[in-house]
Amino acid sequence: MVMFWVLVLANSMLLYLLLDGFDLGVGMLFGLTRSEASRSIMLRTIAPFWDGNETWLIVAAVVLWSAFPVAYATLLSALYVPVVVMLAGLVLRGVSFEFRNEAQRRWIWDICFACGSLAASFMQGVMVGALVEGLQFTDGQYSGGAFGWMTSFAVLCGVGLCFGYALLGACWLVRKSDGKIRADARRAIPVFATAVLVFLAVVFLHALTKHLPIMHRWIDRPYLLVFQAIGCVAALVLARSILRHDDRLPFRMVTLIFVSAFGTLALSFWPYMIPFAITIDSAAAPHSSLAFMFWGAGIFVYPLMLLYAVVGYRVFRGKMGLAADHHQDSGNAHLGKIGSPRPAEWGV
Amino acid sequence: MDATALLLSRLQFAFTISFHIIFPAFSIGLAAWLAVLEAKHLRTGNAVYRTLFQFWLKIFGVAFGLGVVSGVVMAFQFGTNWSVLSNMSGPIQGPLLSYETFTAFALEAGFFGVLILGRNRVAPWFYFFSTAMVALGTTLSAFWIMVNNSWMQVPVGYVVQNGQFVPDDWTKIIFNSVVWSRFPHMLLASYLTGAFCVASSGAWYLLRDKSRVEALVMLRMGLLLAAVLMPLQLAFGHLVGDYVHDFQPAKFAAIEGRWHDEQPASEVVIALPDPAHETNTYEIKIPVLGSIIGSMSLTSKEVGLTDFPPQDRPPVLIPFATFRIMVGCGLIMLALAWLGSYLSVTHRLERSRLLLWSIFLSFPLPFIAIFTGWYTAEVGRQPWVIYGALRTDQAMTPFLTAGAALSSLILFGAIYLFIFSFGTLFIYRLLRAGPSRNAIELPYDATPNRPMSLAGGDVAAVPHLMTAGE
Repeated sequence: MVMFWVLVLANSMLLYLLLDGFDLGVGMLFGLTRSEASRSIMLRTIAPFWDGNETWLIVAAVVLWSAFPVAYATLLSALYVPVVVMLAGLVLRGVSFEFRNEAQRRWIWDICFACGSLAASFMQGVMVGALVEGLQFTDGQYSGGAFGWMTSFAVLCGVGLCFGYALLGACWLVRKSDGKIRADARRAIPVFATAVLVFLAVVFLHALTKHLPIMHRWIDRPYLLVFQAIGCVAALVLARSILRHDDRLPFRMVTLIFVSAFGTLALSFWPYMIPFAITIDSAAAPHSSLAFMFWGAGIFVYPLMLLYAVVGYRVFRGKMGLAADHHQDSGNAHLGKIGSPRPAEWGV
Repeated sequence: MDATALLLSRLQFAFTISFHIIFPAFSIGLAAWLAVLEAKHLRTGNAVYRTLFQFWLKIFGVAFGLGVVSGVVMAFQFGTNWSVLSNMSGPIQGPLLSYETFTAFALEAGFFGVLILGRNRVAPWFYFFSTAMVALGTTLSAFWIMVNNSWMQVPVGYVVQNGQFVPDDWTKIIFNSVVWSRFPHMLLASYLTGAFCVASSGAWYLLRDKSRVEALVMLRMGLLLAAVLMPLQLAFGHLVGDYVHDFQPAKFAAIEGRWHDEQPASEVVIALPDPAHETNTYEIKIPVLGSIIGSMSLTSKEVGLTDFPPQDRPPVLIPFATFRIMVGCGLIMLALAWLGSYLSVTHRLERSRLLLWSIFLSFPLPFIAIFTGWYTAEVGRQPWVIYGALRTDQAMTPFLTAGAALSSLILFGAIYLFIFSFGTLFIYRLLRAGPSRNAIELPYDATPNRPMSLAGGDVAAVPHLMTAGE
């Protein structure tokens, strides 16, 4: 039963990472673009999905709370500042989707959208970094203070995750758009991919020099190398797919890289929930809680949720940000835009 | 434990949850209203329903977005500021909120995209299905939240093990009279909010001589629904009062402003409670009515606040005042709904400017009633966070500093005020612009595979359409 909820938690976190990863990534790329036409199209490629994507964060949070209450309580209270900043970022970027269509001063929401995406991504990376490096605990209680998470390593991980998400976002744009945006995104992929590689190398060196406990895990558990191997193969295929101007492969390959990175981390944490302080078994909720969730939410609703997500992506499959779409969109005030984009700004 | 951090954390929770509740309350009602409109349009083919649907969908979109983002904050705040609570009650509150997320959020999120952007990508029946699923999602969300909060009000079906509340009877937790009086009470409150906002917009358009056809439909549907639901709401409100009377006597005494035991008890209509002297000033009360309301009896003894040691008493002034404001709002709404429905059915409403003005200005009432109702429930539960089982001042993250709590409070305060002012501005603009009849009757076969299929139609209408929502 505990194992089932570990898997649900891991799966939900991974889904969040991949799904909100690409739309946070698009959010950051949005900030790097100046043209209103491009921005509208970029938004359109993620508009139908972001809400569903963010739901996986809530799913991960409540599963953590219900199945591993101690871990939820400890983690969130220890990471108070990054969590609050991440939430603030998510709030600002979330409302921007609707607000920028209604606003007269669109730039306000453009800034909120880009900065919110950046802040949320950075803080998520920081939290992962802080966990990998290990938070300070005394007698099972967090004792690191309000800024105990803030180390150079954590900040490095924050930057790294921003690059990672931007890479995912660029691949998403290649997949979902055409024309100038696709071309720009395609050019951005090698840049971000290199940045991610450099980041991974620096993290690895940092972990070596600082003798992070997690390194021992990698030595003790050589099978973790399988993930690194998968990641490397994916990186090579990614490079090839860019050269061949493939639209679909890059997103899949970056996904694979993320999955292998996530797998490496998850398995090096095992059997700890919060590394080297709280184990999965000691954090697990009583059987009556886990069983109650298992027989309803777990085996029945969870697959349904995955199904809704698939349905959502099926309905909005294919390229979304096409120049040819404009006519159709302008004929349907509700499609693509809830408010009313002015056709002149669309560069039709 | 830091007393300032405690106060700040309580303020932050109160502020963020108050902000949050506005939007779910509004969107639960609106989602149901949209589903009804879409169903009516599918059945009758009457274009007015489609116009209204497209119009309210825009407003729903903005409100729903604000509800989602402020809800994400709630899912984390238990852990950040109330780690002791979230650890102890995690085995019960966690699964309940998991069920909320699993059954409701996923449903809403999954179909919201279709609702907002997918009209032309799916068949009409599937679009209606998506609307209904979003409405169902919002309702389920309310249900699980009410189960969760009701457990905090009247904890049942648990044992304490290793410092945690361990559930031993889920049927008791979910199927008890507290949940099943409070959930309908909240659901009706949301429907009434939707109904009053719709009716009030209708009244506004009539007063401004705008969109007469749509305005009359809004007024009629909103008022009739409110006229039917309002008495039901008062009945469920009474049932909610019964649970408070039976399970939370100190809260009941605070609401009643009753300091000492009375037999038979009188009902304080209005007063200024004076906690220092344990008495009321400027008191107006009706004899025996207190016993009738509390126990349906002419002779029952009703307990007063002084029966409880001071450290177990809730603050008196807030529950006492908020409860009366809530009931007052409810009674005004009842009067407006009945009078308005009567005039609407007899086709005299359009000529009664005074009533139209009253209906138009009534839109804050359901929101005020929801706020004050929740304040009565939550402040009245103090000093407990889990009634009788865990005190609020012992539930906070032990190492939370006042500095951290203050920073987050200021950050959330600033951001929420910022997005709230713009959110209301945008909703106001959409409402002021009113429904646009041009947005209707798009051919169903305008599929994405034939993006030009509309361009051959009424191209001239397009620029007009674009400005309609501004």
